[in-house]
Amino acid sequence: MGEKIKKKLGWKELPLADFLEAGSSLNFETGDWRSQQPVWDEKKCKHCLFCWIYCPDSSIMVKDKKMTGIDYRYCKGCGICAAECPFKAIEMRRVGRGDLIAKQNKEERKR
Amino acid sequence: MSEKRMAKTANEAIAEAMRQINPDVVAAYPITPATEIVQIFSQFVADGKVTTEFVPVESEHSAMSAVVGASLAGARAMTATSSQGLALMWEILYIASALRLPVIMPMVNRALSAPINIHCDHSDSMGARDSGWIQLYSESVQETYDNVIQAVRIAERSLLPVMVTTDGFILSHCLELLTPLLDKEAKDFIGEYRPKNFLLDTEHPFTVGALDLQDYYFEHKRQEAEAMIESKKIILKIGEEFERKFGRRYEFFEDYKVIDSEVATVVIGSAAGTTKVVVDQLREEKIKAGLLKLRVFRPFPAEELKELLKNVKVIAVLDRADSLNAVSGPLFSEIRNALYDLEERPKIVNYIYGLGGRDIGLKEIHSIYEDLEEINRTGKIKSLLTYLGVRE
Repeated sequence: MGEKIKKKLGWKELPLADFLEAGSSLNFETGDWRSQQPVWDEKKCKHCLFCWIYCPDSSIMVKDKKMTGIDYRYCKGCGICAAECPFKAIEMRRVGRGDLIAKQNKEERKR
Repeated sequence: MSEKRMAKTANEAIAEAMRQINPDVVAAYPITPATEIVQIFSQFVADGKVTTEFVPVESEHSAMSAVVGASLAGARAMTATSSQGLALMWEILYIASALRLPVIMPMVNRALSAPINIHCDHSDSMGARDSGWIQLYSESVQETYDNVIQAVRIAERSLLPVMVTTDGFILSHCLELLTPLLDKEAKDFIGEYRPKNFLLDTEHPFTVGALDLQDYYFEHKRQEAEAMIESKKIILKIGEEFERKFGRRYEFFEDYKVIDSEVATVVIGSAAGTTKVVVDQLREEKIKAGLLKLRVFRPFPAEELKELLKNVKVIAVLDRADSLNAVSGPLFSEIRNALYDLEERPKIVNYIYGLGGRDIGLKEIHSIYEDLEEINRTGKIKSLLTYLGVRE
């Protein structure tokens, strides 16, 4: 699994020819430029996992065959999960300043 | 060492070398005058003489792409082409070299369209001179064969792709004497290919060709530049080993009486053979003539050329391609650049010759040496660039 790189490497230290170790994208958090965020309503959710199947960024968190939330570190806010959810358990909301979800995002990062 | 001599064209000799190399994958598309190479090779595949996976692709762009994919998967991969075919491979040439893939490609030199022409000049491979490929040029059928064999080792040691060129029709379709290696000799010399990173190694998965922006692209290009510098030692070392085992000498260039010459030419490819005859005739007349035949154009052996050429009084560089830059041909630019740091520089002129297969004979080459002698006598250059043999 790719280590998180602390400083930018020089040409002598860099891996040859841009061959990257598998799994390095785990360290590249792509979720911080969304303009909309999916908000999950646990009460409406039937755990059909359509959202898990459709999510192009593997950002639906699942434990013991049940949805447990959205991984905002990687979610780009495309809205596919909300569009596909048969029970309207996911709603897209605009990201605003001081947004609750933005805060959640920060907490996620701390963990 | 084999004493078996045979008459072969360069295309046949290349196919023979490929049979001995027995690459894991060959992907190719036919193009005159390189068609025979893969035509003969595909017969070897059909007859079970090689175990190669042969991929008859729909274009040269696909040929180079398939070879890049095969090489990444961990295969020893080859293709062959010429002229327009090389031009169509263009974007993938840079990918092969930047991904550091030891692809081996015989390349038969032919003029680029338009106007359409199938005969020899070096404009195709000269155009690809900055694509990060090692380029080995050949004077004869034997050199073409020997270069292909050595290219495998050079590519796999330097982790750079290697292009071995031969002159279209002049060598590709003309019979010359060839002394090939025995199959076992070739196999032992080449050795087994053991790639360090390859995609079929499922225990060690990796990503290839990921986005590489302002913060890393430059460093990766610097790595490539270093590989080209390092490849100089590798080319010499493998040339030495080849000479030790098989008796034929291969360096960056051949010094044909340059060392004590006053007037000398720099030539690439088959025209060097004709030039040697002229040099011998001039030497009989006590004229101190010499010829530097360049074998390795990429990496460019600037330091070594400078050392050899520093005592020559007047030099003519013969280009079988035009840069169309309103100055000179490509070889001339590089040779003149290499001599710039000398305290006392030789006088130097450029001849562009043989475009589209226009013949160059003893008479034309004699005329070049006559010009050089005149410059040596008078100290004056009348014309920096001459289009040799073109009708006014």
